[in-house]
Amino acid sequence: MMITVTVNGERHSHDVEPRLLLVHFLRDVVGLTGTHWGCDTSNCGACVVWLDDTPVKSCTALAVMADGRTVRTVEGLERDGELDPVQRGFMECHGLQCGFCTPGMMMTSRWLLDRNPDPSEEEIREALSGQLCRCTGYENIVRSVRWAAENPADDSTEASQEVSPS
Amino acid sequence: MQVPAHFGYDRATSIDHALRLLARHGDQARVIAGGHSLIPMMKLRLAEPEALIDINGIDELRGITVSGDELLIGALTRHADLLSSAVVGEHFPVLHDAERVIADPVVRNFGTVGGSLCQADPSEDLSAAFVALGATGVIRGAAGSRTVPLREFHLGPYETAVAPDELLVEVRVPIRPGGSSAYTKVERRAGDWAVAAAGAAVWLGPDGAITDAGIGLAAVGAEHFTAPEAEEFLRGRAGDDAALVEAGKIAAQHCDPQADQRGPADYKRHLAGELTTRALRRAVARASGQEA
Ligand SMILES: Cc1cc2nc3c(=O)[nH]c(=O)nc-3n(C[C@H](O)[C@H](O)[C@H](O)COP(=O)(O)OP(=O)(O)OC[C@H]3O[C@@H](n4cnc5c(N)ncnc54)[C@H](O)[C@@H]3O)c2cc1C
Ligand code: FES
Ligand code: FES
Repeated sequence: MMITVTVNGERHSHDVEPRLLLVHFLRDVVGLTGTHWGCDTSNCGACVVWLDDTPVKSCTALAVMADGRTVRTVEGLERDGELDPVQRGFMECHGLQCGFCTPGMMMTSRWLLDRNPDPSEEEIREALSGQLCRCTGYENIVRSVRWAAENPADDSTEASQEVSPS
Repeated sequence: MQVPAHFGYDRATSIDHALRLLARHGDQARVIAGGHSLIPMMKLRLAEPEALIDINGIDELRGITVSGDELLIGALTRHADLLSSAVVGEHFPVLHDAERVIADPVVRNFGTVGGSLCQADPSEDLSAAFVALGATGVIRGAAGSRTVPLREFHLGPYETAVAPDELLVEVRVPIRPGGSSAYTKVERRAGDWAVAAAGAAVWLGPDGAITDAGIGLAAVGAEHFTAPEAEEFLRGRAGDDAALVEAGKIAAQHCDPQADQRGPADYKRHLAGELTTRALRRAVARASGQEA
């Protein structure tokens, strides 16, 4: 089936099998391997991307369900060469060790901050509660998200706007 | 790598279109809503439909509205939308209590009310919550609409009153004055399915006595997710603690939990009783204005 998905502002048209999962479409067809593929059972959250404006576990979505829609992956977090505050927060606060969970953690964190620019530690933990990290013990992840909240981009509304397809 | 078997994929644009597609494919087709139960089952090849009919584009299946003395919830309403709806929280706190502990925020963005009820997992939380509230499902087929009380909706594990060529389109919850509700759940870790869970709704008379009660149980093998014996015991009684404890005991006696990796049967039975009592206490406190 022919599908067209706008990934990080770029249109991608491909002929895919309906059974192709969104995570494999992004990694193997579009070639964006920043989205990780972990448990394959919708538990770990390593595969979280945005479908339109909402985070989804892309191992549990079909690529055909994204036809005509926009997807934002970790590669789409930075803008004009500037890292997103969330990415900078993870660097500043040592929010990762092996980095496997990091793309998913960052996508959900960006979503949280767009809706709630000043989240409490509890709100951060709740937002990330469907995502597993086996390295950090979560403390530094929470600090990283708080860092991003305290250091928003100059134009913080810009981060929530998708580049619209031509 | 878990890959579903081959299937065809059609996108329905309206309820009638979905019904036509279902009729064309017979019982080899499955509707896909959030896909968060169906896709995992297809990946494990526990489900191998020949065709998927995607209902995500059907706007008439969405939305939460009050009509007369009923709250209408479209089948395609996402968990996240039920949780963020003020009108839902105002009338039925049991639904917000339950949604806060269903899966995690990312899964709640995609899983739907209709998908949850139609999946009919014995541990499913919304079924227990809706049963406590006396809700009704609206089912559409080629011949038209019919309504089925949620107490008759679940025919067994993973089996409902919705025929292969039908759609669940809406859930209707009666808004009755003088009542409130609550949900309690024990889970092994955040976002997990219940070890056991209980929902309760109570309606109080002017003297504070319980005029009516609804109890829903998840994950403990209660027939139709409910505890009618305990409900019957409560009707007409003062809502004192002794009565709520006794109702919990009755609910525990009448369920049929199975031992699994989440715990032994006697532990789950204990939880069924204790959680029923706690949900009832909270519902009574809310109905009498002592708790938000
Ligand atoms: C990690 C994880 C944790 C979870 N934890 C919980 C939990 O704690 N408690 C809980 O209750 N649930 C839990 N769930 C289940 C979650 O609520 C799912 O979203 C829900 O079970 C299915 O909803 P869906 O829209 O994704 O349905 P789908 O997967 O799209 O569909 C499920 C079934 O219902 C049928 N169907 C869907 N919509 C309709 C309709 N309108 N008419 C007729 N048939 C229909 C489909 O054909 C399919 O057979 C969890 C899920 C995951 C992935
Ligand atoms: S790979 Fe998708 S949730 Fe783990
Ligand atoms: S940094 Fe290794 S899993 Fe999170």
